[in-house]
Amino acid sequence: MMQIECPYCGKRDETEFSYGGEAHLVRPGPDVDDRTWTEYLFFRDNTKGVHAERWRHSRGCGQWFNALRDTATHRFLAVYRLTDERPPLPTDLQR
Amino acid sequence: MWRSPEPKRSYDVVIIGGGGHGLATAYFLALRHGVRNVAVLEKGWLGGGNSGRNTQVTRSNYFYPASTRFFDHSLKLYETLSRDLNFNIMLSQRGVVSVASSSHELELARRWANAIYLNGIDAEMLTPAEIKRLMPDVNLQARLPIVGGFIQRRGGISRHDAVNWGFARAADALGVDLIQGCEVKAFECSGERLSAVVTTRGTIGAAKVAMAVAGHSSQIARLAGFRLPLTSMTLQAMVTEPVKPVLDTVMMSPAIHVYASQSDRGELVIGGGADVYHSYIQRGSLATTEAVVAALIELFPCYSRLRLMRQWGGIVDISPDTSPIIGKTPVENLYVSCGWGTGGYKAIPAGGDTLAHTIVNDAPHPLIEAFSLSRFSRAALVDEGAAAGVDH
Repeated sequence: MMQIECPYCGKRDETEFSYGGEAHLVRPGPDVDDRTWTEYLFFRDNTKGVHAERWRHSRGCGQWFNALRDTATHRFLAVYRLTDERPPLPTDLQR
Repeated sequence: MWRSPEPKRSYDVVIIGGGGHGLATAYFLALRHGVRNVAVLEKGWLGGGNSGRNTQVTRSNYFYPASTRFFDHSLKLYETLSRDLNFNIMLSQRGVVSVASSSHELELARRWANAIYLNGIDAEMLTPAEIKRLMPDVNLQARLPIVGGFIQRRGGISRHDAVNWGFARAADALGVDLIQGCEVKAFECSGERLSAVVTTRGTIGAAKVAMAVAGHSSQIARLAGFRLPLTSMTLQAMVTEPVKPVLDTVMMSPAIHVYASQSDRGELVIGGGADVYHSYIQRGSLATTEAVVAALIELFPCYSRLRLMRQWGGIVDISPDTSPIIGKTPVENLYVSCGWGTGGYKAIPAGGDTLAHTIVNDAPHPLIEAFSLSRFSRAALVDEGAAAGVDH
């Protein structure tokens, strides 16, 4: 079983968590054009590799948080609070 | 079965992806439109992706008219495919049974079956006793008891490798070059158009390009400079050891997310919902495997002593409305077939037929007008997932 580090509770089984999609999306204002709005609603990078994404410890503390995870290996590189900036990659992964 | 040619300098149409959809597109381009200067480029081996990893179910029990028309066209093509390709795809129209586990779900099943029936497709409601007659080993008194269901009798299974090989052999015989071990790395452009595909086996000129690469669609689209509304996820399947015939229909339970059928070799072929997060790993999470197996043995307790022989995953490309995206793209001479999500196998013949038409005419085939990439900016979604209440 994969384990995920909740920034509030520590390491727990993946079955305690639910996935919330790409992180750091910014909701556009109401006066933007259709193209911008469509991009926000539907279009995603769908990254293969390091991906900033939202998770929720839904069967634990209930808190949302962000993670950097490699979608090609499932390795979690960092977890951080929703209000934090995206952290830099660990030095061994920087290119 | 087919030649292994060196790539030519250029082609009229280059198709990226040597799975069922890519091979069927090449076959229909050559057969129906006389476009034979065609190459199919495959990174690995033909049919080694989702086309060889699915659970082989063919059905057309969709909710909306646009989906029904498309998927029934596909089922009708499947019905004559063995003869058309001169290759036995072992189609067995043994019926697809969807069971309901609560009165609410039964109401939705009735709405769904009525919609199918109104769209001119066969669908019949079943009582628990009728379900028990169709699959005597089923446990009607499971934790979520079976209170009814419906059947599409024309639905069933076929052999996925045979579909891939049949299309590959027939396309090759019509002059299509099938090029394996050939990964696309970049595109060369002239103006708004693609002029060549840069691959690990050299640069190949192309008047038109089509992509049918399932879970890696976002990566190929990025090479061409646009994004797609897709999330790639792992969908698992698994098979038990072979046993004598015990299940001669296809059982699906949307409520507890499991479906099963028995292959001609005797293995029970089992699937469930996709793993719940974005992933490019073709194996899947053990937690999902356990949930799928637990659901199956709750419904069929006598299967509990069977051993699982193999378990694997495929990377499926899920669109926001769980309907496919097929047709033109923002790049003038690039066409896309993606977003098949968890249900691409049943769509292979119609996907190939309609994409070939679209490439030749540079305009969508009438059956796929509702599934264009541009539907998202018009909010004209075909929300099959919400309508049927189940992954497909």
